Amino acid sequence: MSRQAYSGIPRWIYAVAVLAALVVVLPLLAMVARVNWANFLPLVTSESALSALGLSLRTSAASTVLCILLGVPLALVLARGRFPLQGLLRSLVLLPLVLPPVVGGIALLYTFGRQGLLGSSLEVLGLQVAFSTTAVVLAQTFVALPFLVVSLEGALRTGGERYEAVAATLGASPGRVFRRVTLPLVLPGLASGAVLSFARSLGEFGATLTFAGSLQGVTRTLPLEIYLQRETDPDAAVALSLVLVAVAVAVVALAYRRPGGHAGRASTQRTTAAAAPVGNAA
Amino acid sequence: MAGRGFDVALTVGPRETVAVMGPNGAGKSTLLAVIAGLLRPDNGRAELNGRTLFDLSPGRSRWTPPHHRGTALLAQEPLLFPHLNTLENVAFGPRSAGVAKHQARADAVRWLAEVEAQELHDRRPAALSGGQAQRVAVARALAADPGLLLLDEPMAALDIHSAPLLRRLLKRVLADRPAIIITHDVLDALMLADRVVILEGGRISEEGPTREVLERPRSTFAAGLAGLNLIPGTLTRDGLRTTGGQTVAGHIEDPSPAGEGERAAVAVFPPSAVSVFLDDAHGSPRNYFEVTITDLEPHGDLIRVRAGSLAADITPAASADLGLAPGLPVHFVVKAMAVAIYPA
Amino acid sequence: MNRIHKLTALLLAVLMAATLAACTGKDDAAANSSGGTLTVFAAASLKTSFTELAKMFEAQHPGTTVTLSFAGSSDLATQINQGAPADVFASADTRNMEILQEAGLVDGEPQIFATNTLAIAVPPGNPAGIRSFPDLAKPGTRLVQCAQQVPCGAAAAVIEQQTGTDLNPVSEENSVTDVLGKVISAEADAGLVYVTDLQSAAGRVEGVAFPEAADAVNSYPAAVLSNSRNSADARAFLELLGSPEGQQVLSDAGFGNGSGLSGST
Repeated sequence: MSRQAYSGIPRWIYAVAVLAALVVVLPLLAMVARVNWANFLPLVTSESALSALGLSLRTSAASTVLCILLGVPLALVLARGRFPLQGLLRSLVLLPLVLPPVVGGIALLYTFGRQGLLGSSLEVLGLQVAFSTTAVVLAQTFVALPFLVVSLEGALRTGGERYEAVAATLGASPGRVFRRVTLPLVLPGLASGAVLSFARSLGEFGATLTFAGSLQGVTRTLPLEIYLQRETDPDAAVALSLVLVAVAVAVVALAYRRPGGHAGRASTQRTTAAAAPVGNAA
Repeated sequence: MAGRGFDVALTVGPRETVAVMGPNGAGKSTLLAVIAGLLRPDNGRAELNGRTLFDLSPGRSRWTPPHHRGTALLAQEPLLFPHLNTLENVAFGPRSAGVAKHQARADAVRWLAEVEAQELHDRRPAALSGGQAQRVAVARALAADPGLLLLDEPMAALDIHSAPLLRRLLKRVLADRPAIIITHDVLDALMLADRVVILEGGRISEEGPTREVLERPRSTFAAGLAGLNLIPGTLTRDGLRTTGGQTVAGHIEDPSPAGEGERAAVAVFPPSAVSVFLDDAHGSPRNYFEVTITDLEPHGDLIRVRAGSLAADITPAASADLGLAPGLPVHFVVKAMAVAIYPA
Repeated sequence: MNRIHKLTALLLAVLMAATLAACTGKDDAAANSSGGTLTVFAAASLKTSFTELAKMFEAQHPGTTVTLSFAGSSDLATQINQGAPADVFASADTRNMEILQEAGLVDGEPQIFATNTLAIAVPPGNPAGIRSFPDLAKPGTRLVQCAQQVPCGAAAAVIEQQTGTDLNPVSEENSVTDVLGKVISAEADAGLVYVTDLQSAAGRVEGVAFPEAADAVNSYPAAVLSNSRNSADARAFLELLGSPEGQQVLSDAGFGNGSGLSGST
């Protein structure tokens, strides 16, 4: 049986869903309608545009890696650890989601700036963070980390700890269990979380502007470039915005292939394995 | 685990398989979890092959994590790792112990052959049937070379075709190694276990060699397993005095020497020895029980008439003759000869 | 189910009421004043001076309320282009005014009411020891300036060209406010801002004036907009800008004198 005959969704829900989709799609279409197609290619391949795009892709990739390295342990601890104030920690981790990015940038400045909490010590060591590409990556990581943690924690909770328990009784040390059981089984959740983080990093603006500054090739990511072009060349701003949207759409589409594809199959594997003993009579 | 009222002491010999049986919620799975190291008790101690698994008696605090205990756990669900194929699953134990890859694979092949599942070696768990998966799970547990095998109702999720296969397999592999198996099935106990332990309400209510427990049960649960009627009471010169004051006459085994005082005892008799009458009947020394029928169910060729905790097996014709139905008050009559009375 | 329906209805009612309140708020305010309202869109650098000028205007024209909106000049120009209701536009450079003139949104000729020149701002104590414009090009100096696309950055570019200096800023900001912010927080060793900004941030930064600034003077034009609903008050406001008292307020803030006519330097 490949097609479900009955979906059970009331018809009016479809209508509201279409409305919801329009809320997102209509402004995009309005923007696409304004694109100066005649000049599109020169506008998006200008030196400043290419520099901004390259910087955006590089920094977003770096911050996604950082999010994975930091986010996986954090998600594990939140999902499976047992320690006091666990709820408080979870709320704090989600803070960057609620904080206006500019406020996040200011907070980062107070930490890593010249006179900041850590910044002053770093300055003494000769490490300057502000106005550097490092600052861009830090700002992006700050805003994107919660996406990965929330996504992964959800996957870990749903997955349960039974396989890890079995692995332990078979003689696998906690480190081995983590590498050979936990991680492989949670890879789909990790992948979708990483994609969300990448997309968020790509679009990050407020914190970057406040904390890292804006200099071509160093800190002027694509959103910042669009913001600047807005002042003098609206055509360029619109064209570059379209590029940003296209990149984001491509990344998300690649990662969230239709169910039955890579992501869909892996997540149904665990449920079928558990159902097998019960269903084998058929 | 004082909170859950769990209080158990257990020993398992080097080649012994012990069956742990009991009503649901008695704490059987808890026991295995504590031994495997997945649950931490409030106090107590356990030792395996001279190595302390945990020692939490007052004043001490030693606790070995599960991966150092050498106990392998096999549950109802095979829980094969979905991202590895069968061979890799079985090789997981040896690999975790540090065995080289090719050697671990060779071990896995050997154990798969042992459970007659060699042809499944490159399949994913999702492609296995319940029975196949459970066999592979057995291989995986054994490949880890455990000092003690823990089985938690391994046949419970299998259909009636796969269960006997697994039972035969387990009989073979459990023969020479220590194991504890939780089961609801008397057949499992008879075929696989050397000793039976009955766990009720977090405490051991009866234990002993399988045959003895099933032939001379001392607890209601064991009697139920063995398909026997059991009445508890105290031992008197005439027989057994029940809590209700009635005296049950029967064949007294291990009679107590006079003057020893009252001893707790049980009277046991098979349902096939019970006759059902609608009114008082007279005859050779018999025991009468006035009961109300609670249930009628088919039992092989006969009808089993249940009345509370007692049961009688009669022919369908007799049942129809008497017009038996739930709620009908009747008399259960048993010849004294058929009743065995012994200390509890 | 009934309960959920009731809750949904209540929620929708609250949302609608809030939206209506937000929409009608503005009209109520307009209806309340017995005179008219004057809406002035002004560049961000005019904040202090125009706030005072607005009070002056309200005192001279009892019954009229002046509503001020401060933002980057190009943002304001875009908003006016898209139909934002305004009576007066005061820009930080002539370019944005020309954009509106070309679109036919300006009524009459714009008048230059003030000029502004650049100055160097340094954190208190002047940690990097900046004393002149060429000092800004010293290697290792953390200089922050406006991007070329904004008026203050365009001025800096002109001076760079005239003096043949090659500045290497660590950041090119979108607004002079952001430049000032980074100097105040001592993230930057020096920033190129307007003379008027030195005034408004007095105490938090130190100023270093430099003669080369005269090479690039920003002229601030103001004009009545053709879609104005209160052109009488709008023209009166422009007169105030050109009047001695208005000019006094502006020069107190650090601006240079306006020429009164649309000229350029």
